[in-house]
Amino acid sequence: MTLIAFMGAMEIGLIFALVALGVLISFRILNFPDLTADGSFPLGGAVAATLIAGGHDPWLACAVAAAAGACAGWLTAWLHVRLGILQLLASILVMIALYSINLRIMGAPNVPLIGSPTVFAPLIDADGANAWLMQPALLATVVVVAKLALDAFFASQAGLSMRATGANARMARAQGISTDRMTLLGMALSNALIAVAGALYVQTQGGADVSMGIGTIVVGLAAVIIGETLLPAGSLWLITLGTVLGALLYRLLIALALNADFLGLQAQDLNLVTALLVGLALVLPRLKRSLRSGKRTAS
Amino acid sequence: MIRADNLFKTFNRGTPLENPVLRGLSLTLENGQFVTVIGSNGAGKSTFLNAISGDITPDSGRLFIDGADVTRLNAWQRAGSVARVFQDPLAGTCEGLTIEENLALALQRGQRRGLGRAVRPSDRALFRDRLATLKLGLENRLGDRMGLLSGGQRQAVSLLMASLQPSKVLLLDEHTAALDPKTASFVMALTDTIVRENGLTALMVTHSMRQALDHGDRTVMLHQGRVVLDVAGEERARLDVPDLLHLFERTRGEQLDDDALLLG
Ligand SMILES: Nc1ncnc2c1ncn2[C@@H]1O[C@H](COP(=O)(O)OP(=O)(O)OP(=O)(O)O)[C@@H](O)[C@H]1O
Ligand SMILES: [Mg+2]
Repeated sequence: MTLIAFMGAMEIGLIFALVALGVLISFRILNFPDLTADGSFPLGGAVAATLIAGGHDPWLACAVAAAAGACAGWLTAWLHVRLGILQLLASILVMIALYSINLRIMGAPNVPLIGSPTVFAPLIDADGANAWLMQPALLATVVVVAKLALDAFFASQAGLSMRATGANARMARAQGISTDRMTLLGMALSNALIAVAGALYVQTQGGADVSMGIGTIVVGLAAVIIGETLLPAGSLWLITLGTVLGALLYRLLIALALNADFLGLQAQDLNLVTALLVGLALVLPRLKRSLRSGKRTAS
Repeated sequence: MIRADNLFKTFNRGTPLENPVLRGLSLTLENGQFVTVIGSNGAGKSTFLNAISGDITPDSGRLFIDGADVTRLNAWQRAGSVARVFQDPLAGTCEGLTIEENLALALQRGQRRGLGRAVRPSDRALFRDRLATLKLGLENRLGDRMGLLSGGQRQAVSLLMASLQPSKVLLLDEHTAALDPKTASFVMALTDTIVRENGLTALMVTHSMRQALDHGDRTVMLHQGRVVLDVAGEERARLDVPDLLHLFERTRGEQLDDDALLLG
């Protein structure tokens, strides 16, 4: 694999590290199986691309994308805590509604960003020669900031309340925590992160496409699960670290698989490779365990 | 002072499973009173405690804590006044969080939670002091996950958590039922100490008549969602387990089999 191809994999890996951190909040911390991501990722992309194409500041576009994502997550949580709709179903409803909303926002199935100023533009030479380095560098900074901010939040009183809400809601209420409010807040935070990832994604890909969200949740979950197999369960900063590393490793494995000529895989096989990788990551811990116990009985 | 006034609660109303559980339950607890509650399975003891904590809302009747009507408040809104320890050692703590994080959650019971650090160094010192009183060696394991502790250790920590913040009432629902006899008596002794030292108002449900008479200063018996027996002071001091059973039979005018009430 060439250096450029490696950095390309890292670039997308870093963007999906943000998605994975969002998925970590919903699936792991709040214990809320949430598929909104497939809608909130392209929502962030649609909002950011439309604003940037309209001549607005790209950082402002990211902030508005975050707010839009927060609204989407909040809505999913609201459907569950206020209307009592099953978590998974609530998120699917919001996800499919967002497909139409994203089309409305963009006004077309895609919005190109070729030549528009992005958050990366000030760092990149006129000929674009250093884009392969500067784009991942800026994304890495964003991911590190997001990870450290999350670590700090989850060590705070409010953050601990959110963790208790997902771990034992009845106990949390008995301690005076409004678990409904915490769920709304956490889901908003989760999908805000995912929407920011979408906003950054369209700026690296030169435009937004209405179908760009397909499979977002699977990739995010894959990263979380790989992260859990990578690092032992421990304090929260270790879990967020594992999640970020999981996202990077995942993209690297995908790039390797697609680059290995003897496998004969092509870009359209991406989803198949994803499913295989996630399946592998899911059975790996069990495989490790049975291997270990197998050895013990043999000796 | 806790006052329950004519509480009614029917589960699954209007279905074939309709189950009237509380049927006009009234009870007043004076400040500092430690009341033990007995009654057969399904008598409504847990439902009564859940009504006090706000986990369920009664169909009718009123609940007052220190004169304030709390009938319509949620569990989390009442948490500042109500502390509780559940029967299931898993229910009262978060097993995925550390001991100090669980204690920190309890230290902030009923208070606003902001972006300040959840566990400050001064909290840690407090936790260490309190845990040391349990004599279980837990003061050196603040960073251990709660899930690593045994059921008895978890109940002991739950009791400690319930006493970190002042409360108007402490609810104990068969909190020693899942423990072996030795651990159960350790947790009961701890309960007595914590209630006495903090001057708590407490309501303890138990299936052991022995426990009901040996602990606290007043005993009430629930039957079919109502208080059928309420003894304290001299009268209670003279009672023994067979007397209690006899009294119950006379009040209800019906025979009880030993299965319904486990003799302690
Ligand atoms: N949330 C609920 N929904 C439906 N029925 C319930 C609910 N909670 C309790 N019940 C029913 O109410 C009745 C009384 O239950 P409760 O738990 O108050 O009894 P208890 O006196 O605590 O009995 P035990 O000694 O067995 O703990 C039972 O028949 C129970 O099945
Ligand atoms: Mg009960």
